[in-house]
Amino acid sequence: MTCTEFLAHLDELIDNDTLTAETRAELEQHLHKCGHCEVVYDTTRKTIEIYRSHELYDLPDALRDRLHAAIMSRCKSRCKNGC
Amino acid sequence: MPIIQPIASEGEQHPDVALVERVRGGDVSAYDTLVRKYERQIFRIALHITQNREDAEDVMQDAFLKAYQKLDQFQGNSKFYTWLVRIAVNESLMRLRKRRTGKMVSIDEDMETEEGSVPRDLADWAPNPEQNYNQSELAEILRKTVQGLPPGFRVVFALRDVEGLSTEETAETLGLSIPAVKSRLLRARLQLRERLSRYFHKKTGPADMALGEMRADK
Repeated sequence: MTCTEFLAHLDELIDNDTLTAETRAELEQHLHKCGHCEVVYDTTRKTIEIYRSHELYDLPDALRDRLHAAIMSRCKSRCKNGC
Repeated sequence: MPIIQPIASEGEQHPDVALVERVRGGDVSAYDTLVRKYERQIFRIALHITQNREDAEDVMQDAFLKAYQKLDQFQGNSKFYTWLVRIAVNESLMRLRKRRTGKMVSIDEDMETEEGSVPRDLADWAPNPEQNYNQSELAEILRKTVQGLPPGFRVVFALRDVEGLSTEETAETLGLSIPAVKSRLLRARLQLRERLSRYFHKKTGPADMALGEMRADK
């Protein structure tokens, strides 16, 4: 297996998607002997993990309450005009 | 940590269906429940795409209002949440377009870029590299890095990896084919990895920092 072929399956390996046992074994074998692909695999997984575990765009409670109230008030006024 | 909605198994009715039915019957309080359930996710998605807090606030309000007005058009063959996300994504892209006056913004933009399709930075990262930065420095690095992605990659990454939608749901939400979602996701992930590598390298000598390009014939 070449590095290009490995990359084509990178997402499936990361997402634990439907891979045949044979393909999985080939990918793991390639990982075992290719330091570059091992780095790409590990650091790509880490990239996803970091983005999943850090809340970048939190909605503060006060802002949430204000926006929520605005949404519901607009919906209700729309309702009065015939919903 | 984003809440990933459990997917109802076949034959089992998703709890949103009953809420949608109540709203259609004139019960506004059921819509209040739906808004509360999804407002954080919609705000996050809007901010991921627009990269502007003011726009994200507007998108969030407009998306929920539009969904409310169009509820009769909701078929029920998709989940309410993915239908709502679709509205929010369209509103977000519209806002982005307005900000970048005259410049087209669509999820098909910048797809030609080859950046990140072949990994170039092959130096390993430090163990737990995020610990080398404080919370606000790290948040700034992550924001700046995701901001650099073309919108068409950013939206796929946000829906699939941050919000936890499946590939199929992401494809349905964005009106893309499954192979298109997969290809964008791979390139988004590789571009982010490449850019984060600048910050997360092991602190070693310069010789280790540039190991050269990956060989296709290896």
